[in-house]
Amino acid sequence: MTWCEIPISHKDLFIPRIERRRRLGHWFALGCMLFSLIGLAILGILIVRVLWEGATWVTTNFLTNFPSVLSPETAGIKSALWGSIWLIGITALVSVPIGVAAAVYLEEYAPHNRLTGFIHLNINNLAGVPSIVYGILGLAVFVRWCRLDRSVLAGALTLSLLVLPVIIIASREALLAVPKSFRLAAYALGATKWQTVRSHVLPAALPGIMTGIILAVSRAIGEAAPLIMIGALTYVAFVPQGPLDAFTALPVQIYDWSDRPQPEFQHLAAAGIIVLLGILLPMNAIAVVVRAWQQRKKAW
Amino acid sequence: MSRTLLHVKERTIHAALFASALVSVVTTLGIVWVLFQESIAFFSHVSPVEFFFGTRWAPMFEPRSYGVLPLIGGTVLVAGGALFFAVPIGLASSIYLSEYASPWVRSILKPVLEVLAGIPTVVYGYFALTFVTPYVLRPLFPQTEIFNAASAALVVGVMIIPTISSLCDDAFRAVPRSLREAAYALSATRLEVSTRVVVPAAMSGVVAAVLLALARAIGETMAVALAAGMTPKLTLNPLTSVQTLTGYIVQVSLGDTPAGTIEYQTIFAVGLTLFLITLAINLIAQRVLHHFREAYE
Repeated sequence: MTWCEIPISHKDLFIPRIERRRRLGHWFALGCMLFSLIGLAILGILIVRVLWEGATWVTTNFLTNFPSVLSPETAGIKSALWGSIWLIGITALVSVPIGVAAAVYLEEYAPHNRLTGFIHLNINNLAGVPSIVYGILGLAVFVRWCRLDRSVLAGALTLSLLVLPVIIIASREALLAVPKSFRLAAYALGATKWQTVRSHVLPAALPGIMTGIILAVSRAIGEAAPLIMIGALTYVAFVPQGPLDAFTALPVQIYDWSDRPQPEFQHLAAAGIIVLLGILLPMNAIAVVVRAWQQRKKAW
Repeated sequence: MSRTLLHVKERTIHAALFASALVSVVTTLGIVWVLFQESIAFFSHVSPVEFFFGTRWAPMFEPRSYGVLPLIGGTVLVAGGALFFAVPIGLASSIYLSEYASPWVRSILKPVLEVLAGIPTVVYGYFALTFVTPYVLRPLFPQTEIFNAASAALVVGVMIIPTISSLCDDAFRAVPRSLREAAYALSATRLEVSTRVVVPAAMSGVVAAVLLALARAIGETMAVALAAGMTPKLTLNPLTSVQTLTGYIVQVSLGDTPAGTIEYQTIFAVGLTLFLITLAINLIAQRVLHHFREAYE
């Protein structure tokens, strides 16, 4: 039986219809492109809206006055701004050394055993724990158990735990990217493990670690939920003088104003958001630029 | 430096680094301990059956009732709505980024998506309350309440788009070039390569991305506390006010609730529920990633 004798019904014939498929493909490409522009568009609307509502309210008085419930026209963010600066300073001091050290241990020192595997899994899970759960932890442990009360220190320690996984994961990736030859070269010259890590591996991984730290700090600046949990949403009309003083923070103040129905407070909230984004967006931009620069100039 | 001294120094540093790594384990233990300890006190007053199956949540006023289902219902409504909105957009933009976009477009779009992820959630809450509800939802649906699940779902959706698109993009780019080229050699169009080769090959990454985004949406707090309202109820109508698990925790912590009271303990019982739900989703996501990953070469 030759091949042409095989009965083929017209229905079974493969019809390429290449023109139709191409046209469909063009529409799909266009659709995907439009969908990916939605994010850009929403970002644009959000920024324009906030500027429209709040730009005229951002004055030097706004930065140097304390919040006021009675006269929104003269209310400002002095206590919130300083509270945020205190918080971030302490948070960075606590979380950066611990986070980088934990990453160094996991990448450079840890043996491949069950405990290490558990720590890895644990850090990945911690990164997914909702921020408000950290707030509950901070409320029970730092505020009540350690009797730190509603202090800057209690807030900063809570935020430190929150951003620790971010720093560890970013630092681990940066350390992982340093080639093995760097370490072998140092060992060959008789360096100890710590000398190798400190003088060769860490400097090479620094840009990646910095990116992680910047992203972690900017996350801490914008967090409101854990701070509200530990009681930061109170009327504070003073600048913290020490780590045990009560405080408020920028996102908490913005929440307070957003939640009030009067239009003046909506303008104040928008003005606060302008200040907050004015700090955060440049930080994010720096992180993105550092990473792009590092990926381009990788010498190894 | 003498050899012994050097040795001691190395050992000390090793111990310090190990201690730092243990901080994360201690944190987890702390979370579990705190949540369970107060929840056990709570469950000595309220039966777990009433808590997990009761359909009325009213811990603040008489007659008191502690059924958590309305809070879970509100959470599901907001998180589900957010996924409904974010999955198509996130997936489409990741396909565009990995399969269509030129390196130049990619270098612009990717950072913009990251900026979207870096905006604090309280800002999205403000946006939902003062823009989405009055200027988007109300003109379309005049019966929309001031606080409503839909506006919260929309902004939470925007928030999780970057999670979905960047994780999916990573997964698509991990699909080997040879698979795409084999399909092109059979004269498949780019659409067919994307939807019938790349997406199925990266399916585990897509599923994990959606699950991680879901966990984020469930745990999202400030936007929901501002926009979704404070009315715990079981409803499927997104235009009315609801309350989520996170929204309730915020509401209680805004008031001055003394420690030891049952209102105080509800925070921990609701927090435990939230923690267990997000933990389960995160664990499933990680399992999907590790066990169903298509290994090439």
